[in-house]
Amino acid sequence: MYVKRMKRSNQRVAVVGAGMTKFVRRAQETSKELSWEAAHLALASCDLTLDDIDAVVIGTAPDAFDGVHMKSEYLSDSCGGWGKPVIRGYVGGGTGVFAAIQGWYHVASGLFDTVLVVCEEKMSSCQPHPQAAFLTIFDHTTERPLKPNLLWIFALEMNAYMHRYGLSKRDIATVSVKNKRNAALHPAALLGDPDITVEDVLDSPVLAWPVQRLDVSPVTDGAVALVISASHVARRVTDKPVWIEGVGWNLDTAYWTNRDLSYPVYVEEAARMAYDMAGITEPRKEIHIAEPYDPFDYKELHHLEGLMLFDKGEAPKAAADGVTQRDGDLPVCPSGGLLGVGNPIAAAGLMKVGEIFWQLRGEAGARQVPGNPRRGLAQAWGDLMQVGTVIVMGV
Amino acid sequence: MSLKRRVAIVGAGWSGFRSISPDLSYKELMYDAAVQAYEDAGIDPRRDVDSFVTVGEDYNEGTSIFDEYVPDQLGALHRPVQTITGEGIHGLAAAVMQILTGQFDIIVVEGHSKASNILTLPYILAFAFDPVFNRPLGVHPTFVAGMEMLRYLAETATTHEECAAVVAKNRNNALSNPLAGFGAVLSIDDVLTSEPIAEPLTQLECASHSDGAIVLVLASGETAATLTDQPIWVRGVGWANDTFRLESRPWGDARYARAAGEMAFRTADIKSPRQEIDFAEIDDTFAYKELQHMEALGLFPPGVAGEWTLAGGTERTGEFPVNPSGGALGQGHLLDATGLARVLEVVLQLRGEAGQRQIDGAEVGLAFGWRGVPTTGGAAVVLSS
Repeated sequence: MYVKRMKRSNQRVAVVGAGMTKFVRRAQETSKELSWEAAHLALASCDLTLDDIDAVVIGTAPDAFDGVHMKSEYLSDSCGGWGKPVIRGYVGGGTGVFAAIQGWYHVASGLFDTVLVVCEEKMSSCQPHPQAAFLTIFDHTTERPLKPNLLWIFALEMNAYMHRYGLSKRDIATVSVKNKRNAALHPAALLGDPDITVEDVLDSPVLAWPVQRLDVSPVTDGAVALVISASHVARRVTDKPVWIEGVGWNLDTAYWTNRDLSYPVYVEEAARMAYDMAGITEPRKEIHIAEPYDPFDYKELHHLEGLMLFDKGEAPKAAADGVTQRDGDLPVCPSGGLLGVGNPIAAAGLMKVGEIFWQLRGEAGARQVPGNPRRGLAQAWGDLMQVGTVIVMGV
Repeated sequence: MSLKRRVAIVGAGWSGFRSISPDLSYKELMYDAAVQAYEDAGIDPRRDVDSFVTVGEDYNEGTSIFDEYVPDQLGALHRPVQTITGEGIHGLAAAVMQILTGQFDIIVVEGHSKASNILTLPYILAFAFDPVFNRPLGVHPTFVAGMEMLRYLAETATTHEECAAVVAKNRNNALSNPLAGFGAVLSIDDVLTSEPIAEPLTQLECASHSDGAIVLVLASGETAATLTDQPIWVRGVGWANDTFRLESRPWGDARYARAAGEMAFRTADIKSPRQEIDFAEIDDTFAYKELQHMEALGLFPPGVAGEWTLAGGTERTGEFPVNPSGGALGQGHLLDATGLARVLEVVLQLRGEAGQRQIDGAEVGLAFGWRGVPTTGGAAVVLSS
C-alpha cells in the first residue's frame, strides 16, 4: 500500500546528455570498453568532459553474467569514476531506471552539480546461455532445488494475466510486432524488423507455454549513459534540458508464489510516488509518451495498467486499436523497447530513459513521435516479478 | 559547504557478531537487528519509514539479484527499497542523500554478513580480479595486501612492529566489547611470529570473518527532534574510488581514503580533522591498513601513525583513540557491513553507551570503511553528538 505522500518536486534536476552503444548479441568489446563508449558518447553529446563530472553512478545487473565479483569496482575506471565518488545501486531488472533515479538524488541532495550515470550489461560472457545465471536468483531453500527457469515463472505470470482478462495470444503478440517494427528505425537496435507480423510471433517456437520465442526480448550486450545536472549547470550546458519531475520505486515480497500475479501492484505504487512528485493527477492526460518495461510482450500491457495509463485488462484493446503506435494517442515504446532494441538488463532500462530524453528534445530522428510531446515516462521492473521503478520527465 | 538539511542517526540495532551462526539464517540476523533498531528509534517500520537501503554483493550472498530477499524481514514490503552493492558506508551515504533531497524523513540502512556460509572465500574474492589481465595469474587475493604493505612500509619508513602494535591494541580493545569475538592479549612478538600469509603480512595481521547484521535508522533534523533526545548528527559524508587497475594504482598511498576523507570533511565544514575529531573507527581489515588509512585521511602525516600507535597514542585512553571497538581485527570482518560496524561504534561512543570501553568526552567521531582487496573504494562519515 502506498503511504508516503511525496511533495511536489521543487528540485530542478535535468538530464542534459545521453549516449548509447549499439545493442548486439555478442560484443567483441569487454564490459569496460562498452561502458567507456557509452560514457564517452554521453559526455560528448553535451560537450562536457570528465573534469565536469562530480560523481558517478553505475548500474549493472547480476555479477553472474560476467563472472566478476564487485563489478562496480571493476567498471569504475571505464565509467569515469577514477578519483571520484562512485556508487552502484541494484534493484535487479529495475536497475536501469533506478540508476537515473539515483542520479537524481545525487544532484537533488545538493552534494553534486553534475553526475554521470552509466549502465552496462554484457550477458554473452555467460556460457552456454545467460539463462543459467538466473538459476541462482531463486530462494536457496524453497525454490532452487526445483531448478526453476526464469521463462517458466514469467509464463506463470503471463498465464495469470491472460486468464484473468480472457486474453488470447493474438491480443498480446501485437506488442511484439509494434516494438520490433519501431526498432527498425533505431540505429542501435538488435532486433528491428519492419516486416514482422502477428503470425510470425504466433508461429515462433514455444519456450514455456504461453511464452514463445518472439514474445521474449533477446540476450544482448550494450551500455547506455546519461549526464544529469542541477538547474544552474543544465541551463549553461544546453538549451533543451529535460527535467526530472518525479521518481518512484517500490519492492514487493520475495515470496512471489503468494501473490496475485495478474496485476503489478508494486508498479502502481512506484507510479503513484512519481506522479505525486510530478504533480500529476490525471496520468492519461498528462503523460504524452511512455516507455514501460517490455522484456516480454505481455509485460508492456501489464505495466501500462500498473502505471494507471489504462484500466486493468484494457491495455490489449488499446494496443489493438493502435493507441500505443508511434503515431497513436499514447505512443508506447517508440524506441522499439527491449523486444526490438534489445535487453542488456540494466542498460535497457536506462535506454528507455534516454529515449524519453531524445523524444522530448525532438532528437529521435526517424522514430520521433509526432505532436511535440512535453512529458514522458520510463519504467523498469525486476527481481522476482517484484520491483517497479518509474521516472517522469518533462520539458 | 555544509549539508543543506540536518540528518541524524536516531536508532541502531545489531545481531552478533560471532564467527559462526548455524542457528540463524541471514534473514533472522537482519530481523533481529531491525527489531532492535526500530525499538531503539521508537518507530514502526510499516507506518514511519519512507525508504530502505540495504547493502549486499551477490557473490557474498551466493544469490544473484540479492535485492529480492531483503524486504520481508525488514518490514519493507511495498516501500521504496534499494540495494547498494558497496561498502556499508556507501549505503549510509545513499540514505543521507535521499534525506537531503527533502522528500524523505526516515530511512533505514541495513548491512549484514553471513561469512561463515562461504566455504571458499578467497576463491570468491578472486572473481573480483580483472578477468583478462589478473585472474589468469591464479594468485590468492591477499597477495595484493602483502604487496601494498611492502610498498607502504618502504615509502613511509613505518616498521613491521608498528603494524603489529595495531593488532595488539585492537584485539585488546575487543576484550571490553561484548560485540567482539576476537578479544585477546597479544604481544607484538606474537603477531610478528604468526604464520606468514603474504610476505610480510602475518596471519594475526589479517582480520578473521564474523557473522552479524547492523541496522541504522536515519531521520531528518526536524523528525529526529521528535524521536530522540540524543540524535547523533551526520555532519559530513564522503566516498571515492582510485583506479581499480593493479598495474597503475599507487600501492603505498590510499588515495581513495584521502579523497573520501576530503569530501567528508568538506561537507562537515571540518578544516583540521586531527583537532576537530575526538576519535576514529577506521578500516583495519589488515593491520597496516589502519595506519595507511589514518595517514591518508589526514589524521597523521605519512609515517607517523605507526610511531603513535607503538607509543600508545591511539589506545582507548590515548590522545587520539582509534578503533576502541576492536575494529575488524577484534570484531571480525563483516564483509559489506564492516563499515557499518565502524559507524555503530561511533554512535554508541557518542551516546555514552559504550560501557567499559567508553571514551570520556567524545563529541565528534569519524568512521571509515574500505571495500577490501583488490578494490580501491572507500567511504567516510563524520558524526557528532
